[in-house]
Amino acid sequence: MGATGIIFRRELRAYLRSPMGYIVAAVVLLLDGVLFYAVALGPNAGQLLSGEALRGFFYNASGMTAVAAVALSIRLIAEDRQTGTLLLLETSPVKDWEIVLGKFLSALAFLWGITLATAYIPLLLLVNGKIALGHILVGYLGMLFLGGAVLAIGLFATALTRHQLVAAAVASVITGSMFLFSTLARVVGAPLAFVLDALTLHDHRWTGFGSGVLNLSDAFYYAAVAYFFLYAATRVMELKRWE
Amino acid sequence: MVQLTEVTKYYGPKRALGPVSCEIGKGDTVGFLGLNGVGKTTLLRILACGLRPSSGRVEIDGFDVLRSPHEVRKRVGYLPETPPVYRDMTVRDYLAFAGRIKGMTAEAIARRVPEVEARTRISEVSDMPTGHLSEGFRQRVGVAQAIVHEPELLILDEPTHDLDPVQIVEMRRMIRSLKDSHTILISSHILPEISQTCDRLLILDDGEIVATGTEEELSGTLVRTRRMTVTIRLGGSDGTDRTSADAEAAIRGVTGVTRTEVADGGGDGAVTFEVEGEEDLRGAVCRALVEGGHEVIALARSERGLERVFVDLVGGERS
Repeated sequence: MGATGIIFRRELRAYLRSPMGYIVAAVVLLLDGVLFYAVALGPNAGQLLSGEALRGFFYNASGMTAVAAVALSIRLIAEDRQTGTLLLLETSPVKDWEIVLGKFLSALAFLWGITLATAYIPLLLLVNGKIALGHILVGYLGMLFLGGAVLAIGLFATALTRHQLVAAAVASVITGSMFLFSTLARVVGAPLAFVLDALTLHDHRWTGFGSGVLNLSDAFYYAAVAYFFLYAATRVMELKRWE
Repeated sequence: MVQLTEVTKYYGPKRALGPVSCEIGKGDTVGFLGLNGVGKTTLLRILACGLRPSSGRVEIDGFDVLRSPHEVRKRVGYLPETPPVYRDMTVRDYLAFAGRIKGMTAEAIARRVPEVEARTRISEVSDMPTGHLSEGFRQRVGVAQAIVHEPELLILDEPTHDLDPVQIVEMRRMIRSLKDSHTILISSHILPEISQTCDRLLILDDGEIVATGTEEELSGTLVRTRRMTVTIRLGGSDGTDRTSADAEAAIRGVTGVTRTEVADGGGDGAVTFEVEGEEDLRGAVCRALVEGGHEVIALARSERGLERVFVDLVGGERS
């Protein structure tokens, strides 16, 4: 097993042993359930088609996935820097990108676990309504892509500082800004509007996944965002050795 | 084993270290002694490949830390000032993780972890999370992770930091037991830590090495003044009334004595003088006192030579 795998296993176990992981999971599952009830089962019961209810669920759940991704990522490197355990990794024969990738994959696996635990909701719709299984699969695939992109942003933020609150603030500002890029694009002129619209992290990037339509360009965009921020996190770690 | 050539480290415009040059041989146990903030930790982290130097060349066992960092890291075990332990892991799991991350095979880990636990005397807490351990045990776990992959060079940064006196003695014993199998570098701002465990000392001040040598070499070459303490019983040896002032005058009368002063005022019927001279004057001082009718009850060469070197080199300007 390579260094990435060793770090992945350690970090995943840390999530499974820490109260933080379970708190994030509990909050996400609770809010996803409450929001689904409010959209599809409460006063609006029977008014939405199954497909519309599923689209609404994915829309809300994608936001929760982004919030969970920020919450899960902020400890990844900042905590190690704060407690001194990063020195163990930095003075071992391990490359910086292996540290970053191992930590990223562990957070992604835990996030996937939380996200997949919401599967009972679309399965309820599948049993009681009329929806395509592909719609469910594409919606979850979209959440995994979006979650990965936001996790990478959080990982970059956590590489910058030893303070988890600062990392949370930086990750929230970057993620929030990228969520709002499409809104900003409507009030600024070209060519900035085009750039902002192309870089938006949600809105039209999410519409396809939420509707059960897999656009490879959207999937590629999320993968590119994840790659960019993971690369940036690796560079930050290298540069900090030169500080 | 270790070769440093004109090594410097800057944090922004501030020079934290260097230029430093020195050579450390295989099997040596070397102490880096200096006040807080003089660059000891920076130097050790550079040697452990946890920090890159701003300039200069660092070689460990023939490998350059910048060109072959992985080769260097395989050969180095590093204990930072705060042991780098994951508090949610048990001691055994943590040591296995440390071994794996340092490139050991599963078979080697299965053999080596119990060995290291026994050597650092942490077998009894093997199944406990490191977060539940006392500072002393946690420090030992830190040493265990540093030696688990059998490195040739062991770097210990302030290994007795935050330990109580009993734990300090145990840590010193453990370090001495590791001397036969590793080249060891230890840093401390506490003189006895270094002088009791190391064969050779490097004294750092303001990021530079200001003195190097064995304890005897440093004391011998840098402390020209020989010190002794002499204790006499007041009243004299012949029943006559000898006073402290008489004894002091007798000591001052010895050729070569440059300074004498009362170190302990004689509340118990005895008085102790601290005497300095340019050579060992114990015999002459003793003779002068006895011939003057004083009863000498103790005479000893002062053992504070190295401490004096340290204070002269790094503390004098600050005090």
